[in-house]
Amino acid sequence: MAFRLEGVGPVPSDTVATLLHFNGDIMNSSKVDTTNLICGLLLVATGLWFAYQSFELELGTALRMGPGYFPFILSCALMLFGAIILVQSLRVEGEPMGAIAWRGMLFILPAPIIFGLTVQGLGFVPSIFISALVAAFASHKMKPLSALILSAALTAFSVLVFSYGLGLPFQRFGPWLGL
Amino acid sequence: MDLFSNLALGFATAASLENLFFCLIGVLLGTLIGVLPGIGATATIAMLLPITFQLEPVSSLIMLSGIYYGAQYGGSTTAILINMPGESSSAVTALDGYQMARKGRAGAALAIAAIGSFFAGTVSTFLVAIFAPPLTAIALKFGAAEYFSLMVVGLVSSIALAHGSIVKALAMVSLGLLLGLVGTDIYTGAPRFNLGISEYADGLNFVAVAVGVFGIAEILRNLESEKTRTVLMAKVHGLMPTRDDFRQMVGPVLRGTAIGSILGILPGGGAILAAFASYTVEKKVSKHPEEFGHGAIAGVAGPESANNAGAQTSFIPLLTLGIPANPVMALMIGAMIIQGIVPGPNVAIEQPALFWGIIASMWIGNLMLVILNLPLIGLWVKLLTIPYYILFPIIMAFCSIGVYSVNSNVYDLYSVAFFGLIGYLLVKLRCEPAPLLLGFVLGPLLEENLRRAMILSRGDATTFISRPISAGLLFVAALVLVVVFLPSVKAKREVVFQDEE
Repeated sequence: MAFRLEGVGPVPSDTVATLLHFNGDIMNSSKVDTTNLICGLLLVATGLWFAYQSFELELGTALRMGPGYFPFILSCALMLFGAIILVQSLRVEGEPMGAIAWRGMLFILPAPIIFGLTVQGLGFVPSIFISALVAAFASHKMKPLSALILSAALTAFSVLVFSYGLGLPFQRFGPWLGL
Repeated sequence: MDLFSNLALGFATAASLENLFFCLIGVLLGTLIGVLPGIGATATIAMLLPITFQLEPVSSLIMLSGIYYGAQYGGSTTAILINMPGESSSAVTALDGYQMARKGRAGAALAIAAIGSFFAGTVSTFLVAIFAPPLTAIALKFGAAEYFSLMVVGLVSSIALAHGSIVKALAMVSLGLLLGLVGTDIYTGAPRFNLGISEYADGLNFVAVAVGVFGIAEILRNLESEKTRTVLMAKVHGLMPTRDDFRQMVGPVLRGTAIGSILGILPGGGAILAAFASYTVEKKVSKHPEEFGHGAIAGVAGPESANNAGAQTSFIPLLTLGIPANPVMALMIGAMIIQGIVPGPNVAIEQPALFWGIIASMWIGNLMLVILNLPLIGLWVKLLTIPYYILFPIIMAFCSIGVYSVNSNVYDLYSVAFFGLIGYLLVKLRCEPAPLLLGFVLGPLLEENLRRAMILSRGDATTFISRPISAGLLFVAALVLVVVFLPSVKAKREVVFQDEE
């Protein structure tokens, strides 16, 4: 159940109950809990990957543990827990996963990547502007013009605060611009 | 008396003009972000870490702590006014606080929350001051085996306090520990799990993982269904609670403070559990349980005191043992390390001014919150009218800048995106990220102490149970694990976490 420790944002309805667990009031539940099925499979796969990687490392002995010893134990534990979740998922009815923020992922996740790819080449100013602009389109409510204005204002603010105010060692305009 | 001379030193440090200023900035920024939904204290502190790099260590930690309880405070404001808890520990406050606001008593609800929090903050600050030195003395006797067992206790309690499936929480801890091991093996120098990317040789950046798993995942979750928020009250009036209100809140505040102080010490998110536990207790002891959910004063006063007390006492394991009780404390450890301070029992001895200064600043910060925020409530309410779609490009930009400024490593930014995806996936798969993050922080420490203990005992694994402190700690861990798996407790645990409306 998704009970977050931090940053609970807008709660979809007016009860904490909704915040604490996805209410199972949706009718089309199947015999298999698909959420847990996927969860179990992913955990087992992740465990397998880590176990394989640890095995490539030197395992060592209990007295002098090698780099692979502890991670190997952990991977086995992860696979075990994944398997338990997998088995459990086949016995109970599940709740559907709900809407997925495809548009959000499409525009939010690339923002830090774009910043990372361009901050050293283009420099801090253009880089932060482009990243903010891309992130702005994650919401369908954002109009192109307001996105431009917001990104420009945000860039100006960030440059003033982080670059001039706090003196963080960012190059404002990078070598790619030939300035 | 030692306690008073220590506290005097602390207040002398915290009350310097500079530190007062940074404490103020901290609580204001914290409240600001706490009020804005969609970003929690972890992501906030991660974002604002770079601001504190240039400061003195004391000032920087004072400001970060200020952000922490400021955010807690701001979270309750939104919980009461728009039924949207800015922090999950204020989720319980929304139950009755919002109902009070709907009855036109928003001002009183806010004041009750503030006064309850302040009282709890005062008491728990003293508790930190009283219990930190003896715990430090015990911690200095700790060897590798004890540290290992202590971290096991921490991880197990984070499982117990996690919401939902226990097996999933166990899996999250294992995954977190594994992710914490990414980087270079400390004994042999062998690279591990870094996909051959040498930029990850020092391990994954904690700030990047925290921002991704908590910040980005939260933004994505909010983008699933965009709704317009309506602020209940343009004008909040009648701040002063009546005499009758005061009479009704004394008991809940006292009980909430006691519950919060105890649960806050437990690793793994004590403040949230404290709020829930307090609500349940108040409902049980109340003469009018039917009022709960319809604007009961005890339903606001108790949980608010409890979560603030819990937030405060969660500094105890951090300051005395160097073990984080929750992700925010883990970030504080990161901040300490960046400032060149090794967290652990030695901090109190080597840097008494820093240690006691932080403790004293907690009380000063709480006082500032009461004095400043009640008059400023109108401003915070205005902030709530900022549409969400304007906020998240700003959040994304600040997160990117914050993460990049830690090490100037662009690969940390790629981790942010990757862990944002992972975090969102975990939300969708109903896995709780908190145990993962705790595991991530403790992973390297756990392995190091395990290996050291095994070498010291010449490969004899019984060292963990033949040393009394270690054995005691492992016993506690086993007990907690057995208890959460007991069918009756399991059922109760679910009830606590999904308290009916």
